[in-house]
Amino acid sequence: MGKLTNAEVLEKISDKFHDLVVLVGEPSGLLTLETNREQIINVLSWLKNEPVLQFVYLTDITAIHYPELEKPIGVIYHLHSLVNNVRLRLKVFLSDDDVHIPTATVLWNGANWMERETFDFFGVIFDGHPDLRRILNVDDLEAYPMRKEYPLEDPNRVDKKDYFFGR
Amino acid sequence: MSDIQIVDAPPGVEGAGFFATSIDKAIGLGRSFSLWPLPFATSCCGIEFMATMAPHYDLARFGAERLSFSPRQADLLMVMGTIAKKMGPVLRQVYLQMAEPRWVMAVGACASSGGIFDTYSVLQGIDEIIPVDVYVPGCPPRPEAIIDGFMHIQELVRTETLRRRNEPRYQQLLASYGIQ
Repeated sequence: MGKLTNAEVLEKISDKFHDLVVLVGEPSGLLTLETNREQIINVLSWLKNEPVLQFVYLTDITAIHYPELEKPIGVIYHLHSLVNNVRLRLKVFLSDDDVHIPTATVLWNGANWMERETFDFFGVIFDGHPDLRRILNVDDLEAYPMRKEYPLEDPNRVDKKDYFFGR
Repeated sequence: MSDIQIVDAPPGVEGAGFFATSIDKAIGLGRSFSLWPLPFATSCCGIEFMATMAPHYDLARFGAERLSFSPRQADLLMVMGTIAKKMGPVLRQVYLQMAEPRWVMAVGACASSGGIFDTYSVLQGIDEIIPVDVYVPGCPPRPEAIIDGFMHIQELVRTETLRRRNEPRYQQLLASYGIQ
């Protein structure tokens, strides 16, 4: 067990941000919060510099796509407080026609490649990122492959066509 | 007594003190037993190829002792493993740098068809970007299968006419891949 419990972390955060940061749940004991894109850098910055919490380590930035939601693209931040041995997950949901969010490279240089990857796969545009271009996929890929509307399979594949299986 | 076996002479006319055959048969014979393979190994098929090269299976028995790691000195490109779309241009560049005559062998399911990786990021068979002479099935193929594929390449080399690379049909094949 860590020195800080989820309840203590949550209390400190809600004292500071009130209803700007909302509790989503604690799946598998991982405190999960949601905020909005106007607040995200504020929240991250405060979490990093708060003298007790000290969430100094940015584990990952990624995204998720729920096409059925009103705001389908979620950007997800994983933070780790190395001193307190506690982790935290922050989510920000964005609407389909406006997938802009401020960059976290102002706080962690390590966010650079994570944001490039998130841009590469989900098309999330991180405003203020120093070099936002594709990192893993081929440069001329026309889609954001982890979005649900994009088919996973390669269309050039021929040996799985129905007529080979009598369909 | 030595039990070293040497390869049979190609078909030709033999008489007292002379032997005559056509030059492409003689050259084909020579080429087929002195192929320099370029291993382009990206994943598990490459591990099988290491076993194929090593003393137990000993690819050197077939005249391929000298693996060339420069495409400019290689006769045979052996592509072993998954080729991601981002790797595609690299593979194509390697092929373009090889001098004619050149042969290509796709070893394993991934190089032949994309294998289990039916996904947006993986090339669905290297024949989308370069012409392939022999496909070796398997996931990964055993070293015996790679050797069998290699012997098929040898058969192609042995029977190829000297003019094949200048034929319009061959030029057409290359042109269909956008080469030249």
